Amino acid sequence: MSMPQVLHRARDTARELAWLFKGVMGENAYQAYLDHHERTHPGGLPMTEREFWRDKTDRQDANPEGRCC
Amino acid sequence: MSKKQNGSHRHADVLVTDPDLPAVAVDPQQIEAEDRRWTPAKIALWVGIALLGGIAWTMLAIVRGETVNAIWFVFAAVCTYLIAYRFYSKFIERHLLKPDDRRATPAEYKADGKDYAATDRRVLYGHHFAAIAGAGPLVGPVLAAQMGYLPGTLWIIIGVIFAGAVQDYLVMFFSMRRGGRSLGQMAREELGVIGGTAALIATLAIMIIIVAILALVVVNALGESPWGVFSVAMTIPIALFMGVYLRYLRPGKVTEVSIIGFVLLMLAIIGGGWISETSWGVELFTLDRTTIAWGIIIYGFIAAVLPVWLLLAPRDYLSTFMKIGTIVMLAVAIVIVRPEISVPAFSEYAGRADGPIVAGSLFPFLFVTIACGALSGFHALISSGTTPKMIEKERQTRFIGYGGMLMESFVAIMALVAALSIDRGIYFAMNSSAAATGGTVEGAVAFVNGLGLAGVNLTPDMLNTLATNVGEETVVSRTGGAPTLAVGLAQIMQGLIGGPGMMAFWYHFAIMFEALFILTAVDAGTRVARFMLQDSIGNFIPRFRDTSWRAGAWICTAVMVAGWGAILIMGVTDPLGGINTLFPLFGIANQLLAAIALAVCMAICAKKGLFRFLWIPALPLAFAAVVTITASFQKIFSPVPAVGYWANHTAFRNALAAGEESFGTAKTVAAMEAVVRNTFIQGTLSILFVTLAIIVILTAILATLRAYRHGGGKENEDAPVASRIFAPAGLTATPAEKELEAQWAALEPGRRPARTGH
Repeated sequence: MSMPQVLHRARDTARELAWLFKGVMGENAYQAYLDHHERTHPGGLPMTEREFWRDKTDRQDANPEGRCC
Repeated sequence: MSKKQNGSHRHADVLVTDPDLPAVAVDPQQIEAEDRRWTPAKIALWVGIALLGGIAWTMLAIVRGETVNAIWFVFAAVCTYLIAYRFYSKFIERHLLKPDDRRATPAEYKADGKDYAATDRRVLYGHHFAAIAGAGPLVGPVLAAQMGYLPGTLWIIIGVIFAGAVQDYLVMFFSMRRGGRSLGQMAREELGVIGGTAALIATLAIMIIIVAILALVVVNALGESPWGVFSVAMTIPIALFMGVYLRYLRPGKVTEVSIIGFVLLMLAIIGGGWISETSWGVELFTLDRTTIAWGIIIYGFIAAVLPVWLLLAPRDYLSTFMKIGTIVMLAVAIVIVRPEISVPAFSEYAGRADGPIVAGSLFPFLFVTIACGALSGFHALISSGTTPKMIEKERQTRFIGYGGMLMESFVAIMALVAALSIDRGIYFAMNSSAAATGGTVEGAVAFVNGLGLAGVNLTPDMLNTLATNVGEETVVSRTGGAPTLAVGLAQIMQGLIGGPGMMAFWYHFAIMFEALFILTAVDAGTRVARFMLQDSIGNFIPRFRDTSWRAGAWICTAVMVAGWGAILIMGVTDPLGGINTLFPLFGIANQLLAAIALAVCMAICAKKGLFRFLWIPALPLAFAAVVTITASFQKIFSPVPAVGYWANHTAFRNALAAGEESFGTAKTVAAMEAVVRNTFIQGTLSILFVTLAIIVILTAILATLRAYRHGGGKENEDAPVASRIFAPAGLTATPAEKELEAQWAALEPGRRPARTGH
């Protein structure tokens, strides 16, 4: 493999890892919601990012998730 | 409904795939063919894994030299996990669960883009792992190291394969087939009103005891430690800041805010070091254990009634961030540093019942001391509910459920290695209760050297040097497991980064992340328990069902906090040493919950008519039932005061009646009265748990027998819906899956039912 190819591969791997990490942290929840909204209500107005995160924590208020020991 | 058709062909009429789309599942025959095709490279790989694992086990179990290198623990664990994952979990998949990728998962047919959202399997694996792993697998193995390294290692690795991972996998799969229903709902459906109600009460009681004992671990780690108190207290303003940042400044920037929080956390640890060197800092932050316990109780109440966005959500982000980072760091450090371990395979206490840390014989008490990491009933609450609502394809449950638990087991092995790597004399000095050591260096040296342990020669100098190195006043009787693990971790990490000068930082880093996990579990546990209580009371007073009703929420939170708070205070003030008497109750509670979960799974399998493979849940159920019922009975009926709660209760009551003013480790009449009270509560709780668990197990056996007579029973699965998405099942895609992925990728975007993630 030539040098640029190695760099290219390394950048792809780093990108994959960053995506995975953000996913595990839950950062892409809004994007997932947008994708879903786009599919089910094409043309409809989705929540803004700020509204979405408010809604998310409000729902957590009513449906707590357990955390294990 | 009578005899069922075989798994994958059932519902064939409903599960017709869209002819315009590529296949949504790999052809089962193709999967079978791929599994059965043993190329030379594949054979060489598995022979290599088996050989390496075999060598590692030989080094641990048979060679047992003067010292054994920590790397053999890693190899033995990882190779055994790989073999179990490849062969046993596939066996369960093929014969018992029979997932069908043509069926849509709840994340697809109930998709709302929020709670029900198909999530990439690798991301969900991380999510699920972060939800199940906490302080539990870090604490139990440390205490069980008293018996030597082999009993704990064997139980963690064999237990997870045949019990813990099976439970998580089965519960997750059955909950997924039921639209993400909770364990409590499934118990009610499958076992009827009596079994279901008993399961619900048991779950509530068990949550209270688990939260209480986790909190006790934190209190013991922070008592008389100004550095620890300061840095852990700082997590609260840090989390509040993060909450405000996410709500008002930059919504959704989760990674960014977690990195900021992490940097602040590191500053809090360093700042704690400075403060512990000033006289005002020491004065302000040296708190006795009772004060800290009250602090946690008040904090727990406030955290559970505050809105989630302000404290709980940001704290959870921080906890997840630290969890992943620390575990990766510890694994790397153990592999690079490879500490030598001089603890014997079986210690003097493996064959006796009078251990100073965990009283009672190896059977059953090893199996309740190590709960998380081998078999953890609490996971059944996580594996039903949240995770099943996010699974993309049915076959992924093996990777996420079974595989996720294997990872937690690996964390337990690393905690065990860290605890084993410290000097045995120091280990016993740190973990014996203050009642035994008197809390002084001289007392600890006399006590530990008096135990007559081979190769142990503790000097006051060793304890004082260690205390100075980790920046604590003393390390004597710092029970609860967390400080021991922190010392082990500090010793390993300073070998990698920073040297002895950094030990104090690493020690408090470890204390900090354990406290962080535990306080997150305390918040979340209180909140979940409050909702369960509101729901239960709602059966009689409907108004309590309304979770937005402030007064109801406050009352139920107060009840729950009072429940675990009372046990916490009892543990902190216990003249017998608190954690050593209470920890068995934690393990028993956790394993009883596992028995309940496995009993529900067994009943479900029976109703599906899968009698030939019923042993898959029945075997771990029988083991968990025997272990916990034996342990409970010993705690209730044993005539030895160190083991039996009631024996102790009677001994102290008789001493009081005889007019004695001190008895055993209780030096005053008030202390003796406290023991009488505490043993009464502990004994009553033991009776309550074991009775409820026996009821649930009996109703499950009855349901199973009924199903056997009828050749099956009523199934409560949601009606099947045809899937319209495809995703690979395991960590990496197989050739057949890659081919399908390519077909899906070639589809024009407009016609593709989009997946989330990528």
